[in-house]
Amino acid sequence: MSEAPFDVAKVRQDFPILHQQIYGNKPLVYLDNAATSQKPQVVIDSLIEYYSCYNANVHRALHYLGEQATARYEAVREKVATFIGAHSPESILFTRGTTEGINLVAYTWAKEHIQAGDEIIVTGMEHHSNLVPWQLCAERTGAKLKLLPVFADGTLDLFALRGVLSERTRLVAVTHMSNVLGTVNDVREIARLAHDAGAAVLIDAAQSVPHMPVNMQELGADFLVFSGHKCCGPTGVGILAVKPDRFEDMPPFMGGGEMISRVGDLESTWAEVPYKFEAGTPNIADVIGLGVALDYLTEVGMEKIQSYEKQLTDYLIQELRSIPHLQIFGAAKERGGAVSFALEDVHPHDLSQYVDQQGIAIRAGHLCAQPLMRRLGVPAVSRASVYFYNTTEEIDRLKEAIIKAQQFFDHG
Amino acid sequence: MEQLYQEIILDHYKHPRNKSEIPKQDVQADEENPMCGDRIMLAVDVQGDVIQRIRFDGKGCAISQASASIMTEQLQGKTIAEASALIEKFVAIMRGEKSITQSENEEWLSLSGVRKFPLRVKCATLSWRGMQKVLAAQ
Repeated sequence: MSEAPFDVAKVRQDFPILHQQIYGNKPLVYLDNAATSQKPQVVIDSLIEYYSCYNANVHRALHYLGEQATARYEAVREKVATFIGAHSPESILFTRGTTEGINLVAYTWAKEHIQAGDEIIVTGMEHHSNLVPWQLCAERTGAKLKLLPVFADGTLDLFALRGVLSERTRLVAVTHMSNVLGTVNDVREIARLAHDAGAAVLIDAAQSVPHMPVNMQELGADFLVFSGHKCCGPTGVGILAVKPDRFEDMPPFMGGGEMISRVGDLESTWAEVPYKFEAGTPNIADVIGLGVALDYLTEVGMEKIQSYEKQLTDYLIQELRSIPHLQIFGAAKERGGAVSFALEDVHPHDLSQYVDQQGIAIRAGHLCAQPLMRRLGVPAVSRASVYFYNTTEEIDRLKEAIIKAQQFFDHG
Repeated sequence: MEQLYQEIILDHYKHPRNKSEIPKQDVQADEENPMCGDRIMLAVDVQGDVIQRIRFDGKGCAISQASASIMTEQLQGKTIAEASALIEKFVAIMRGEKSITQSENEEWLSLSGVRKFPLRVKCATLSWRGMQKVLAAQ
């Protein structure tokens, strides 16, 4: 990691997409980073380089290009393991994204470990991707799904967790950082309580891995999932990291090439992990691109990113608070840069469309968290979410646009 | 901005026509868009074959509320057959299945800005679809 101080102007130079004007003459302000991040030039170049110089299928080819592709593809497992403090490169599975990683656990590990009458605990602030797979899993297995309540300030009721954990609890699946409230949950404590009760722990780290140093072993996760596209990598690649002893008894997910050892006419045996869970030709280019993205983030420095984003988030919240008739959802002390809010008289979709015309990208809607929206008592919210390439000037422009929108839609 | 939220839409949003509270027993259609929480309720008075009066109530974004207001003004006084044909045409235009010419009424022209934003098409058509159900039940 470099020792130079964080320089936002310098990192912005790495992201070509940020330097454009839209709708004629409006400089683009991108504040929808919780949905997906932008990509630095090195990541974009790595995709071009892959297809231009060493495109070949991995693991099978006995030729130069195949060896190149395989070596670079496999090297990413080690990069990822180091980046998130996983147990070993072999504990890293490549997926299409967070959603696929969670579904993989819900279909394979759960098949052997969750039965009728067992219990699965999730929280009231999960993204649909860490809720619906468990609803389906409960339906398949006859297990009971329980939702841990969320306090009004956007934190989890860990006291309630103590009460709800029992000898029937098989799994606690929880988000590390809420995509709506920004809350960073004390997943280490949640994992400790869950393990004391004999349950396994899945951490949805889609919103945390891009923004802070994450160490899977320190957190005590049995399963940790995240997506490449939220942390400067390409879309279509994600990671499921598995604590090695949890691989025992895990049946395959999808069948096909790559995941087999010997294929008989009527039955087959499986490859070793991680290949057992990676059927078919993988997403080679994007996995390699993710490796480059993680190298890039390491070079910038995750601690520096975290501390710069904290300043930026504090500033964003302070500026939003100064706008009349604006309510911010979530007031957790430990939080990241996803900030949701609502205006008294302007619908979130109207606001988002209005600020878009000023060149500013924010998100509006239920943010894939309908149970949480019901808890907050609103159908939809607006969300601004920062990344380390955003600036305080951009937040000023957002504030200005929100105030203009209030005047524009004013009932008078 | 003025592209999507034209004067006409803002005017109907800020000063909705035929909007009033509707007693529960009079509600004939209650349409909701769970994606964004828009809601439109309708009470329609039909005499013989002719729509005499439409009242709406609801909450939601500017597009959904303005479109409901416009719908009440344009369908009052029409026969059921005329109204049904207009609804079908309106929905097809908003969904981009039918083109819109400068000679169409200017309310439709201003609402047709949603065609570039698939998410908002549902906002614009919510009240019209509700009306379609009410007429189908006549």
